[in-house]
Amino acid sequence: MLRVENIYKTFNPNTVNEKKALDDVSLRLNEGDFVTVIGGNGAGKSTLLNALAGVWLVDSGRIYIDNINVTRLPEHKRAKYLGRVFQDPMMGTAATMGIDENLALAARRGKFRSLMPGITAKEKAHYKELLAELDLGLETRLTSKVGLLSGGQRQALTLLMASLKKPKLLLLDEHTAALDPKTAVKVLETTERIVQKDNLTTLMITHNMKDAIAHGNRLIMMNNGRIILDISGEEKKKLTVEDLLEKFAVASGKELDNDRMMLG
Amino acid sequence: MDITALLNALPGGVAQGLIWGIMGIGVYITYKILDIADLSVDGTMVLGGAVCITMLLKGYPMWLSMLSATVAGMLAGLATGIFHTFMGIPAILAGIITQFGLWSINLKILDDKANLAINAQKYNLMAHSGSLRTTDPANPLPFYENTIFVVAVCAIVIIGILYWFFGTERGASLRATGCNPNMSRAQGINTNVNKVIGLMISNGIVAFSSALLSQYTASVDINQGRGAIVIGLAAVVIGTALFDKIFKNFALKLVGVLLGGIIYYVVMRIILWFRVDTTLLKLFQALLVAIFLAVPYWKKGLSKYFAKPVKKGGQPDAKS
Repeated sequence: MLRVENIYKTFNPNTVNEKKALDDVSLRLNEGDFVTVIGGNGAGKSTLLNALAGVWLVDSGRIYIDNINVTRLPEHKRAKYLGRVFQDPMMGTAATMGIDENLALAARRGKFRSLMPGITAKEKAHYKELLAELDLGLETRLTSKVGLLSGGQRQALTLLMASLKKPKLLLLDEHTAALDPKTAVKVLETTERIVQKDNLTTLMITHNMKDAIAHGNRLIMMNNGRIILDISGEEKKKLTVEDLLEKFAVASGKELDNDRMMLG
Repeated sequence: MDITALLNALPGGVAQGLIWGIMGIGVYITYKILDIADLSVDGTMVLGGAVCITMLLKGYPMWLSMLSATVAGMLAGLATGIFHTFMGIPAILAGIITQFGLWSINLKILDDKANLAINAQKYNLMAHSGSLRTTDPANPLPFYENTIFVVAVCAIVIIGILYWFFGTERGASLRATGCNPNMSRAQGINTNVNKVIGLMISNGIVAFSSALLSQYTASVDINQGRGAIVIGLAAVVIGTALFDKIFKNFALKLVGVLLGGIIYYVVMRIILWFRVDTTLLKLFQALLVAIFLAVPYWKKGLSKYFAKPVKKGGQPDAKS
């Protein structure tokens, strides 16, 4: 489904701020894989997701989604294959537009935007049903501006938008990090439900090791722009936080001492 | 301080306010919807009039002259759009560059002259100041030839078209582009193309209003666009500051801009009636616009002081 071959990305090359963000990263995802990504600050997790999404082009290497070479495709064209949810709840939706209008925008992902009506009555009825499934009471506020919603509601809506047109790959960039713990749990539950419903191939960054272990069928750990650990199947099911810390120490040659990586 | 002088001046204020209100609608598209401050309108506000009057003088029909003026404006918007997106120039600079280049183009259209007059009686203009007052009581002008009526109809048609357009798939994607470009690209929207389209529509409308203005004054002047962005912004900010609470619907918001233009011009007429030194008029205009632009900022800042304090931790009286 996803094939990443030896991609490199260096920010600010040939300056004092030079930063090798991705250093020979290769990755293969099978259809239906739900992969969690962990790693400290600056490990290259978000950079990897941005490289896949086409926010900028990689320096070298190739990216295939469903055997289509997307390496040189600009962000808006690649969007056809991708569903994305960001860390910042403000980033995934248009705040001044209605809930229904945001969904209608997402429903036309990958389609030419014509002069046909931007939203139809039939669509609205369909969105109402989908929103009801979120169980946040949004189905009664269909035309409310998204700017009036809470962070958790926005993330749930962004998830719904990302999966509205079944994406070949769902990219979740620490999408619960900015939420309070209770809301984060709820959004994670919604994530799990949406991913399972459509059997979506998913890449989820998280800074919470417990979440990384509890969700998905595969876990990768990044450090200094490289994938240093890749655990799947039975081994992943038995994994504990202590195992991870130990494996990190072995794989990177140093102790994991990052405040932002949450153990609990 | 003759009150009848003021009353006589008011219809002119309303007519000009309406024309500049249409221009304000053009500015609204870039400033409010696309979140771009487009300064090319200072040039477009001459371009439309220059094209329209020159063509009328050459004997072309009214509809073709107005259409050509609008298309010329759209091309100016296209230029700004290409400077901004394809060449990566910041929007404000891109607009200034277009405006600067349009100076030469406008002079060339006007045949190297700084101004050009047209005889309102001879050419049967859509809008002209003479239509506001009937000089011959025995033979009054029918209402549908009155400039205020004609311009109001134009404005309503433009608002209708924009209301339809911004409800389409493409129009909705334009609104998203201005609101959140990151999200738009993630939803597969080509934000660059949309910005160019928005700039073209905006400048087309401004050129249309410029053509109306030139007919109203029966002349084009190479300087008639100087500071146009300020007047357009005035219409937008006055319209939104006064009517945003009442007008929620998009079409009504545009009507608010139109009313903003009228209010601005009527206020200017009243200021002139007080025999204010006309040299100082631009200074008053600038200050007025600055204050109205500050209103949303102040509102936000003040609410910080008047909002109820929130207790840290969120659980009041947890200890008791």
